[in-house]
Amino acid sequence: MPMRLTQGTFSFLPDLTDEQITAQVQYCLDRGWAVNIEFTDDPHPRNTYWEMWGHPMFDVADAGGVMMELAECRKVYGDRYIRLSAFDSSPGWESLRLSFIVNRPAEEPGFRLERQELAGRMMRYTTHPYAAGKPAGERYGND
Amino acid sequence: MTDGGTSGGEGPSPPGSVDLRAAFESSGVRDILEELDRELVGLVPVKRRIREISALLLVERARRELGLSHEPPTLHMSFTGNPGTGKTTVAQRMADLLHRLGYIRRGHLVSVTRDDLVGQYIGHTAPKTKEVLKKAMGGVLFIDEAYYLYRAENERDYGQEAIEILLQVMENRRDDLVVILAGYADRMETFFTANPGFRSRIAHHVDFPDYSDGELLEIASTMLAQQSYRLSAEAEEALRRYIGLRREQPHFANARSIRNALDRARLRQANRLFESSEGPVDADALSTLEAVDILASRVFQGRMPGEGMPGKVRSRS
Repeated sequence: MPMRLTQGTFSFLPDLTDEQITAQVQYCLDRGWAVNIEFTDDPHPRNTYWEMWGHPMFDVADAGGVMMELAECRKVYGDRYIRLSAFDSSPGWESLRLSFIVNRPAEEPGFRLERQELAGRMMRYTTHPYAAGKPAGERYGND
Repeated sequence: MTDGGTSGGEGPSPPGSVDLRAAFESSGVRDILEELDRELVGLVPVKRRIREISALLLVERARRELGLSHEPPTLHMSFTGNPGTGKTTVAQRMADLLHRLGYIRRGHLVSVTRDDLVGQYIGHTAPKTKEVLKKAMGGVLFIDEAYYLYRAENERDYGQEAIEILLQVMENRRDDLVVILAGYADRMETFFTANPGFRSRIAHHVDFPDYSDGELLEIASTMLAQQSYRLSAEAEEALRRYIGLRREQPHFANARSIRNALDRARLRQANRLFESSEGPVDADALSTLEAVDILASRVFQGRMPGEGMPGKVRSRS
């Protein structure tokens, strides 16, 4: 049974359409947040730092600019997870305000739960993305 | 080179009607045009041209509402004229105008030159150009001295790469951003000849004439009034002579030369007040430029102003 990665805002909703993504991005930009694009093929929940696509987009006024970059990123990494993150610098440091997934692999195999038996009846649990078993770059339906 | 948007005449019976007059009022276009008339001195042909363009855009918008046209019109423009003739200022207003008419989403103006678009080494140009385009999305991209993008003498110049990306975006993202190219008329002409792709993608050519002496004087008093300064009667006469002489000298940049001249006059006025005043000075003295402040200019000695003045940026565009 395929699994659906639920990380970030909106992840329990059906995938956002481009129109909806544009509206969310514009919401961020109107508040003066800088939006950036990140992608990964290792969706482990503890893998906080995804790879960045280009630079963070400061001084962009219109969501069209971000959507243009997103289209570029999808062209290259359309088979991976892509997320948008919006950062607010008004407190004097950059803090994350909104982050949501905008692209998923066609198939999401999910995670394997590994149990490690320890002394006594202790158990130690590890989640392991099935996809991460393959080398980076070949994980999601790439030929 | 306006496209055939208005010339089509009545199509098959329209599915309704649009009150152009009401659209003109409600869209705020009228305010902008009036503001343009009020705040910009001279520039009669430019104002007329902008009036024509806004009429075209209003009609185009009405046609779209009635389902008569579907393609977004080409809005890219070229502003040609000598330095200091108000190209950037008008571009700003144009952005506002297009925004109020709903042709661009934000209405901001991103003003760039070659340095902002073209990189220093292989692979540097495309990201740089795209960065600028991203910032301009939803607004107007104003490329000052656009002809510097193309350097005929060096065929490996990275400018060509920027030109290609620009052309592509001008064509494919017409509803996302409007590009305005600006520069001297003759050099723009050469530029368009070498890059026919640009010429065919530009719908409106607007030519900015030089200001007359009288207009420059009017601009000077407006500038001074904004900073709460005024000219004494003799100073005004001196400035009139200054304008006549300055025009004959090299690097004359219309309104910008006048602004620089006034800046220097204020400097001299401050010096004069400081050195000659004994006791308190009143507001009148502080805000009046006298003839001596202007007559001290090197222009009257037949030399260029600003020469050897440290910290003074030469007006280039």
